[in-house]
Amino acid sequence: MSFLTYLINGLSLGSIYAIIALGYTMVYGIAKMLNFAHGDFIMVGCYIIFSVSAALSGNSVVGIIVAIILCTLLGVTTEFVAYRPLRGAASPLAVLITAIGVSYLLENIALLIYGADIKSFSSVVKWEGLSFADGQLKIQGVTIVTIVVSVVILVVLQLFINKTRQGQAMLAASEDKGAATLMGINVNRTIALTFAIGSSLAAVAGALLCSAYPSLSPYTGAMPGIKAFVAAVLGGIGSIPGAMIGGLVLGIVEILSKTYISSQLADAIVFGILVVVLLVKPTGILGKQIQEKV
Amino acid sequence: MNKFKRVFSAVLASAMVVSMLAGCGDAAPSGSGAEGSDAGSSSGGSVFKIGAIGPFTGAAAAYGNAVKNGAQIAVDEINAAGGINGTMIEYKSEDDELNAEKSVNAYNTLKDWGMQILVGSTTSACSIAVSENTKSDNMFQLTPSGSAEDCVKYDNVFRVCFSDPNQGIASAQYINDNNLATKVGIIYDSSDVYSSGIYQKFVQESEGKNYEIVSAEAYTQDNNTDFSVQLQKAKDAGADLVFLPIYYSDAALILTQANTMGYAPTFFGVDGLDGILTVENFDTSLAEGVMLLTPFAADAKDDLTVNFVKQYNDKFGETPNQFAADAYDAVYIIKAAIEKSGATADMSVSDLCEALKGAMTQIEASGLTSAKMTWEASGEPNKEPKAVVIKDGAYVSN
Repeated sequence: MSFLTYLINGLSLGSIYAIIALGYTMVYGIAKMLNFAHGDFIMVGCYIIFSVSAALSGNSVVGIIVAIILCTLLGVTTEFVAYRPLRGAASPLAVLITAIGVSYLLENIALLIYGADIKSFSSVVKWEGLSFADGQLKIQGVTIVTIVVSVVILVVLQLFINKTRQGQAMLAASEDKGAATLMGINVNRTIALTFAIGSSLAAVAGALLCSAYPSLSPYTGAMPGIKAFVAAVLGGIGSIPGAMIGGLVLGIVEILSKTYISSQLADAIVFGILVVVLLVKPTGILGKQIQEKV
Repeated sequence: MNKFKRVFSAVLASAMVVSMLAGCGDAAPSGSGAEGSDAGSSSGGSVFKIGAIGPFTGAAAAYGNAVKNGAQIAVDEINAAGGINGTMIEYKSEDDELNAEKSVNAYNTLKDWGMQILVGSTTSACSIAVSENTKSDNMFQLTPSGSAEDCVKYDNVFRVCFSDPNQGIASAQYINDNNLATKVGIIYDSSDVYSSGIYQKFVQESEGKNYEIVSAEAYTQDNNTDFSVQLQKAKDAGADLVFLPIYYSDAALILTQANTMGYAPTFFGVDGLDGILTVENFDTSLAEGVMLLTPFAADAKDDLTVNFVKQYNDKFGETPNQFAADAYDAVYIIKAAIEKSGATADMSVSDLCEALKGAMTQIEASGLTSAKMTWEASGEPNKEPKAVVIKDGAYVSN
């Protein structure tokens, strides 16, 4: 029975990693850049929900909607101001370093506005959850919502990319920006759309992350962001189902190794697995081997 | 140049000692005379310059601000009553954001200002970092709340609070003596010297007590969001008391998660838990019944505490915690040591340090955190442990 509890906790943590990893992988897959500020978009989303809910005396639905809108704007603006001008830069490192810069910028702005004191975040999911076997097995409402939301996002994203014109444009842009431009695809707009989607996912991830683990500080997004990046690489960066699988594997491995091996070694094990997987299959679980043309 | 100043101030200092021995009595006039001729020197003057360092923002802001404010009250009181042997205290505090490097920066800022005695740093890691500098400058350092063993590894550093070992040992004794539990679970932060230090001593001291430790689970600062496993293991092992030798920001999360999973043991913490009631938007009803080892309870009825709490409330609009009390005591301990040694404000930082070091082992100070505190030359205090319990959102003496 307690194994089931641990497994469910792992699924819950894993689905949050998965939603964050989806944002990473979308942007990487299409824009071919690592948006290291993604974790901090999550933190921004959390603070927006926190502030709006406080202003509206606990109405978190409005908070989430506002957070999604503002995070989307933030993502698109960041892309336009900080990343787009560097897209043609000689080294792909330039945009990577800029992303790290944006990450610290956001953290420090949050520090200025909110201070570094932690804030207790009220869960956006008010539902208590389910209880089985006389309360021996409890599944929290937020856990169920997180798992459902992550699956819904996965399905919607898959449909969007494979079935719509915009999605096809993204695929084309990811394969060859030059050729896509020749085919009449506005690559800049396509990438901006990718950032919009990725950042709105960050707001959703933030709402769920802080509901499950209700403590909010300017560094809230940093570590989950890194773990989710690991999840995205583990699953095969650029692959949407891969991000989902990577996130779930990471969450479950983390919780189970904490439980059955050592709570101190959990992180070492998680990152050790990453190393092993990448040694065996450098493109990640679902990653495709792309031939580099010379 | 530096050597010249040192010789110069040493001459001045000895001149003053001579003048005092000669029965001139009041140190204030000679102190101000020294200031006139010694202008520009980093040390010396007509006032004792005491600095304080702590996290005024950040994860432990509740401690830093308490130290800043508590020391302020003591300084104001002493100055209003005519200073130390007639010499006023000037007081300044700097923020370190709970970061060791920033703490050293704060120390340097205060040194530039002319600090002669340091009250701080507030937290262990910062205090250890700063003690490297106070050691090389030979500045007297009294940390109100730096409780890690290494905080006082140098002979110029003393502390007001218990050391970590003492907190771990005192917690074990307290749980045993008050029959608080039969099975104890522990959740501690293995990436933090404070937390793991208390944990180790607690485990050692628990040998042969009337409870057994059924689970001991760690987490790290990189992994401090999900506590479901640690709590579930304690629950499965049947722990009726969970010992939390950690800081309050993580503890707030643990209490929330324990509540959602329907686990309600007694939570027992140490001084790091102090401040849990100040977490913004935290449902304080979750902290109901939480016990913590602390040398100070704001609801105590003795005159000293009542007066201190009232002043603190009037000035800063909140009830002081033990860090405020530690810092308040720290300033009075410094006063006692200065009086004992006959040190004066125009002594060099190093001479002052030597004088105070000698006096610390001879004084017996009574304050908010304990009556009759005495010090070992190692820097450790001797004092009685006390615990409080949280009732209706306030600390109540147990």
